[in-house]
Amino acid sequence: MNKFYDKIFKYSLQMIVIIFCVFPFYYSVMTSLEGSSAVFEPNFFPTEINPKNYNYLLFEHNFPQTILNSLFVATVTVSISITISYFAAWSLSRVNFKGRSMFLFVILAISMFPQIAVLTGMYQLFLNFKDFYFNIFDLRVKGVTSLLWLCFTYTMFNIPFTVWVLTTFMKGVPKEIEEAAIVDGASSFLILRKIFLPIMTPAIFTTAIMAMIAVWNEFLFALTFTATNSDRTITVGIALINGTIEYEVPWGSIMAASVIVTVPLVIITLLLQGRIMSGLTAGSIKG
Amino acid sequence: MADININTVNKYFGDVHVIKDVSLDIKSQSFTVLVGPSGCGKSTMLRMIAGLEDINSGTISIDGQVVNDLPPKQRNIAMVFQSYALYPHMTVFDNMAFGLKLEKRSKDEINERVNEAARILQIEDYLQRKPKQLSGGQRQRVAIGRAITRKPKVFLFDEPLSNLDAALRVQMRVELAKLHNELEATMIYVTHDQTEAMTLADDIVVLDTGIVSQKGSPLELYDRPNNMFVGGFIGSPKMNFISSKILSKSSDATEVDIMGMSKISVSKMSASSSEGDSVTLGIRPEHLIVNGDADGSWESKVFVVEKLGDVTYLYLEKDGEPLVAETEGHSEIKVGDTVKVGFPAGRCQLFDSSGQAFK
Repeated sequence: MNKFYDKIFKYSLQMIVIIFCVFPFYYSVMTSLEGSSAVFEPNFFPTEINPKNYNYLLFEHNFPQTILNSLFVATVTVSISITISYFAAWSLSRVNFKGRSMFLFVILAISMFPQIAVLTGMYQLFLNFKDFYFNIFDLRVKGVTSLLWLCFTYTMFNIPFTVWVLTTFMKGVPKEIEEAAIVDGASSFLILRKIFLPIMTPAIFTTAIMAMIAVWNEFLFALTFTATNSDRTITVGIALINGTIEYEVPWGSIMAASVIVTVPLVIITLLLQGRIMSGLTAGSIKG
Repeated sequence: MADININTVNKYFGDVHVIKDVSLDIKSQSFTVLVGPSGCGKSTMLRMIAGLEDINSGTISIDGQVVNDLPPKQRNIAMVFQSYALYPHMTVFDNMAFGLKLEKRSKDEINERVNEAARILQIEDYLQRKPKQLSGGQRQRVAIGRAITRKPKVFLFDEPLSNLDAALRVQMRVELAKLHNELEATMIYVTHDQTEAMTLADDIVVLDTGIVSQKGSPLELYDRPNNMFVGGFIGSPKMNFISSKILSKSSDATEVDIMGMSKISVSKMSASSSEGDSVTLGIRPEHLIVNGDADGSWESKVFVVEKLGDVTYLYLEKDGEPLVAETEGHSEIKVGDTVKVGFPAGRCQLFDSSGQAFK
């Protein structure tokens, strides 16, 4: 009997957590499927299925452009920061040099810096960057300026985090594997490519997803450094969706936009779930 | 072919002096075992020979060539690690072929060598498996196979059997001995297990806190330990040590007392000793004679009896001096009995107060 109550207790706790986390998302999916007036009637199940919000966003609004912008920024940022951090993590976890732990702490300290603290300085730099960019390249591609600048600042803010995480993962790879490869005659670069890279793949995926989510959801820089509708990223895009008249908040469209931008992340995470951190070095050493 | 000469090598880890002026000559094609308690520097020695650890002073040469500044791959060595250290993402075949591929060998040669090694180690059926699909013993074979395929002049083993269970360890030990005969390579083997050392070695090097305590054949170390450390380290159960005093000295023997109960004349000498000096008498449990005639004897109560079938160990104690004696497997002696333990003079060792053996 005791066991039975234990089970009920455990499951109800789990239910509370799940409802707490998932319900807002469920409600936004539901709202996004409802027409303009139905939105304002509280209910648990949609009274009608109406794709008009999605139609509006995908075909009458420049929302697809913001998705492309975000994809571009996220891909560039994540690839650059993962590449740099992979090599940095190797030297920070494997190469002995003076001040190594100091260096790691500095990196950690940098990642604690609030974005808002550097925002004004960054904006000034952005203006200079723009001038520089306009002088070199043709004005026709100026829309890219903001996006490139976003990639740069995001990479800057992402690298401390990715370096820190990858260093921790790499420290977990047994030293003997590397030494065996050294005795086998492999150079450092070859070890990084042929031994560490395959072993670290799950860790790299995990870190990349986390970095990607951070970039995908960033708002402050994206709002500050983008000026025209054509170079908005999704977070700003959603914030700037407005109704037909001044006092209308188009909840349906906003919710539909949220769903559209969340779904890719969920799909990526589910797809890679098996790879994330499963069996990093299974079978390599004893056990 | 591949003699290894180690000449007054020193190694520091920060302020810790782990290898102190060690000199060793390891003969080509010999099986040398470095043995010692944890922290004695035996693994560090091996890693210095491998080139995974720098040397602070001295020289190491392989085959007449000083290798101090050569990277591991140019030293013509292969190493087997305690934790196997297989590449987890590669199949068994690729694990063994990795070094050969780096040497840019032809495909046929790689196939031939890997299959040859797999045949010797009987892992032909597992070549396409990943390490995680193998048992501990199989993984260790793959690790050894990885070393064999490269046909190095020197094999280095860093406690390769200590992760295996007891039965497998005995089996692999025999196979390693066979392998040594088959490959005719120089092998250096690190272990803390003195049974492995005794059974495998041509030469045993006993290390004690970074110093070579003694080097010699297994039986040399067993019969004539240089000092108390080697005497106590080699042999299981341990050699008994009894504190004693020199009663008199003659031209070829030293007479010592046994716990004030009897005296014994041991034909070993030390020039620096004199009458009345404290010495330690060392004798192995298997050499003590229980309830029989001997050159000197000692009587005590039995505290513990361990019956192992083939032999029985009796644990005795008198005035704080513990003693283990071996007797036949089906002994009638029970706990609480008083037994007479005989000391055969020819089997006794004497050690002076600094632990050095009388010759």
